[in-house]
Amino acid sequence: MKYVDEFRDPAKARALVKEITALYEKIPAAHQGPLQLMEFCGGHTHTIFRYGIEQLLPDWIELVHGPGCPVCVLPMGRVDDCVALAERPDVIFTTFGDAMRVPGSKKSLLQAKAEGADVRMVYSPMDALQLAKKHPDRQVIFFALGFETTMPSTALTVLQAEREGIENFSLFCNHITTVPTIKAILDSPDMRIDGFLAPGHVSMVVGEQPFQFVAQHYHRPIVITGFEPLDILQSIWMLLRQMADGRCEVENQYARVVASRGNTAGLQAIAQVFELREFFEWRGLGSIDHSGVRMRPEYARFDAEQKFSVPNLRITDPKSCQCGEVLKGAIRPWQCKVFGTGCTPETPMGALMVSSEGACAAYYNFGDLQELLQRREKEVVHA
Amino acid sequence: MCLGIPGQIVELIDPENMMAKVEVAGVKRPVNIACIVDEAHPPEACVGDWVLVHVGFAMSRIDHEEAERTLEILAELGDLQEEQAAMQEGAR
Repeated sequence: MKYVDEFRDPAKARALVKEITALYEKIPAAHQGPLQLMEFCGGHTHTIFRYGIEQLLPDWIELVHGPGCPVCVLPMGRVDDCVALAERPDVIFTTFGDAMRVPGSKKSLLQAKAEGADVRMVYSPMDALQLAKKHPDRQVIFFALGFETTMPSTALTVLQAEREGIENFSLFCNHITTVPTIKAILDSPDMRIDGFLAPGHVSMVVGEQPFQFVAQHYHRPIVITGFEPLDILQSIWMLLRQMADGRCEVENQYARVVASRGNTAGLQAIAQVFELREFFEWRGLGSIDHSGVRMRPEYARFDAEQKFSVPNLRITDPKSCQCGEVLKGAIRPWQCKVFGTGCTPETPMGALMVSSEGACAAYYNFGDLQELLQRREKEVVHA
Repeated sequence: MCLGIPGQIVELIDPENMMAKVEVAGVKRPVNIACIVDEAHPPEACVGDWVLVHVGFAMSRIDHEEAERTLEILAELGDLQEEQAAMQEGAR
């Protein structure tokens, strides 16, 4: 095994792979064609590529890399809205670093900054609030991004701004929700996912209960998973065990961090500040019902969307970009027409190439680029 | 953003606003501890805790061994330096 020596406990990794391989006989569905297991979270995708986990698995298991990278699924129109807000002369626009290079229809935040907009990278929404205190004459907007993992942090920051009466601070809220998105994936006619690795740190906030519908209504096993390579192997094994036993349950492999009820204080803060949107637009996946949150009317004065006018235009993705098909597992990243040629981490066309958690960037950085491009060439010739 | 980084709470800065100083791989910065505090575990009890920090908020208490392991993984993934640099930037 090529990569297993890099694992913290290579013997355990080998044993897990052996047990996984042995389960084939007990899973009839695996005999009909490869089982598709989706890791939802971009953090998992990153670990899977870094440690070459796909290469360790038998060929009757296929990992589908899900849409769980908030930067990757941000539609271009939203980036344009960020740029429009950032270019207002009275505004200091603050963002996590990984959103800086996401292309909008005309430019990224990084380009807007180069042209003179006051865009600043921050590590935490609390840092944005500090900036607002330091610059009472400016409007400080924080670009709130991420799944449930980061929602408590922005909600608590807004609550602190309210407590301290800081009126020149607001959120441009682009938080997205995990559960409706998994539901949309399960409802989509062109997908055939046999089991899910649920995101560990989203679960740390929301707990186990919100994932019950996957097992109960859709009859798919789902395992809450940690971020070490051994965690991922163990969770795959747990998923397969459920299939072999004919069970569909929510299991928690990451109990050392995830409490079954989630994080009570975090959930309270979320419920106080945010409410579900009717729908939210995703890059590549289109509009998904209830898949985003906005700020409750009581917090309108901290809501950049209500405080300032944003263009809020829908921009279609470039035609040659196939992020959508990749996100749905319909094609592999290297099968996209522009992968590694028109679209690279230095000059990304699609969002999946922007963040190191995106499936395309992962293939680009950890795969054998020349070999992948040759494989694509051959397929085009045969098609 | 979603991986988080382990650190140890070294002192309380502002218990009313739930702010504490957390040392993360040698870098100290203020971190909000509202999500790991409850009646059974008030802010005063948090000093010495190992926690998983996401974007400046302690989101979960973890044990020391888990913290060490996660730091190793982050270093291997190449995410540790990036995260540290971002934290230092924000601490200024």
